[in-house]
This record gives sequence, structure tokens and C-alpha cells, in this order.
Amino acid sequence: MPVIDITKDIDTRTIIITAQFAAPVERVWAVYADPRQLEKVWGPPQYPATFVEHQLAPGGRMTYYMTSPEGERFGGWWEITEVDEPRSFSFRDGFADADLQPLLDMPVSENTFTFETADGGTRAVFTSVYATAEGLEQVLAMGVEEGATSAINQIDDYLAA
Amino acid sequence: MDGTSEQRADAMFHALADRTRRDILRRVLAGEHSVSALAANYEMSFAAVQKHVAVLERAGLITKRREGRQQLASGDVQAVRSVASMLTELEDIWRGRIDRIDALLEED
Repeated sequence: MPVIDITKDIDTRTIIITAQFAAPVERVWAVYADPRQLEKVWGPPQYPATFVEHQLAPGGRMTYYMTSPEGERFGGWWEITEVDEPRSFSFRDGFADADLQPLLDMPVSENTFTFETADGGTRAVFTSVYATAEGLEQVLAMGVEEGATSAINQIDDYLAA
Repeated sequence: MDGTSEQRADAMFHALADRTRRDILRRVLAGEHSVSALAANYEMSFAAVQKHVAVLERAGLITKRREGRQQLASGDVQAVRSVASMLTELEDIWRGRIDRIDALLEED
């Protein structure tokens, strides 16, 4: 299990995931620097991602779409704000329509990914911040990742509360 | 748990036990949809989709408003969600991504 720590801050809608990978920092960086590798890890297997634009540089843009089992396309974009190869990069992550035009009324998250040598491999820290609870809810409600079954899981929590 | 909340739970579980209704809920959570736009997605009559929307509305999962001749539906899951559980969903997404990075690194 490569996930070694998870920190969630409800007040700031922030999730910080720390993972350990059995590969050098440069190798892990290469996953993000190569669109063909990145699309293997970004979308879930049932929603494979295709990166159309890929520029991992400050001010650079990425655009991608994920294809649903029914063939529907869900677009997304990254706007790269900082790059310190191979140690870290930061980006804004938002939604796009099927033609990859940004959806301006959809929430945007601020993300920072860092990679450092640790325990003979790479320690990666993924930080995602959403501005509002509504934004976070809207993102999850899009269902592009996990589908609607999570809605049912929420009911158990509600009933237990 | 009192009788009212038991009834509410029954209504929600009933509403979510149907594939079409889960799909409708997912769409209206992402944004307001007219019932006729929703109906275009399914191989069933407008009236049947309208009935599914009504079941979701009775369960408190969606709200409807009228605009001219259109009925507009939007998801309302505030009652069944909390930010904490949303972060748990986000965690699941990240666990999936990290598993896939691991698998990719192992291929080398």
C-alpha cells in the first residue's frame, strides 16, 4: 500500500495525500512529464484519459478528456503555475466541455505535487484545495470518477449521524 | 430514530434503488436540467422520466422549479452529504490514482 498518510481539513476543503513509490524521483516525475504515461494514471480504468495538450512548464496548459463506458467525453484542463523539475509543480485544475472549452462556472482546485527522495524511493505529496464546500460537492457530483454509487454510501453516514 | 426519519430513509433508498434514477440524480447534481433535456437521455417516454423525477423529488434528493413551460430539476444532496464524507470520496479517487502510478512504475 503506497499511500502512507492522508490529511483532510474540512474547514479549508483541503486533502493532502502522501504516498511512497519504489522508484527514483526522476522516474516518478517522468509519469507527469509524459502525456502517454499521465493518461494511464489520471482517469480511472473505466474512464480512460486522453491528453490533447500537455505542457509541463510555468504558464503551460494541459487539456484532456476522459471517456465514459458509454462514450461520453468529460473534459478537463490544468493551468501550470509553478514548476521545479523534478521536485514539484503546482497547477489549477478545472472542468471543460466535450470540446475542451473550459467550463467557467465549474469549481477550480489548486494543486501542488511534490516529490522527494526517501526510503530508497520517492515520497510524493499531493495537495488539493477547493475554495468552497459547494465547489467540492459539485466536483464529486460530476461523477466522472466514481459514479453515483457514492450517493448511496452517503445515506449510511446520514442515517448514522 | 423516529418514524419520520425511517420513512425518509425508506424513500431515499427506494429512490436510489433504480439505475435510471441514480443516473438522473448524477446529471442534476452536476447542474440544473430541464425534465425534457433529461428525457432525451433515456429510451423511455417523457412521462416515465417525469415519474422518476417525481420519486427523487419526494425523497428530497432533488428540487424542481418551473420556468415558463419548462420544469427544471436540480440535485439537493445537502441532507445526505457532509464535507467530511466528500473528502473521503476524494481520498478514494487519489487511492486509485496512486495504485495506478504504482502499477505503471512496476512495468519498468
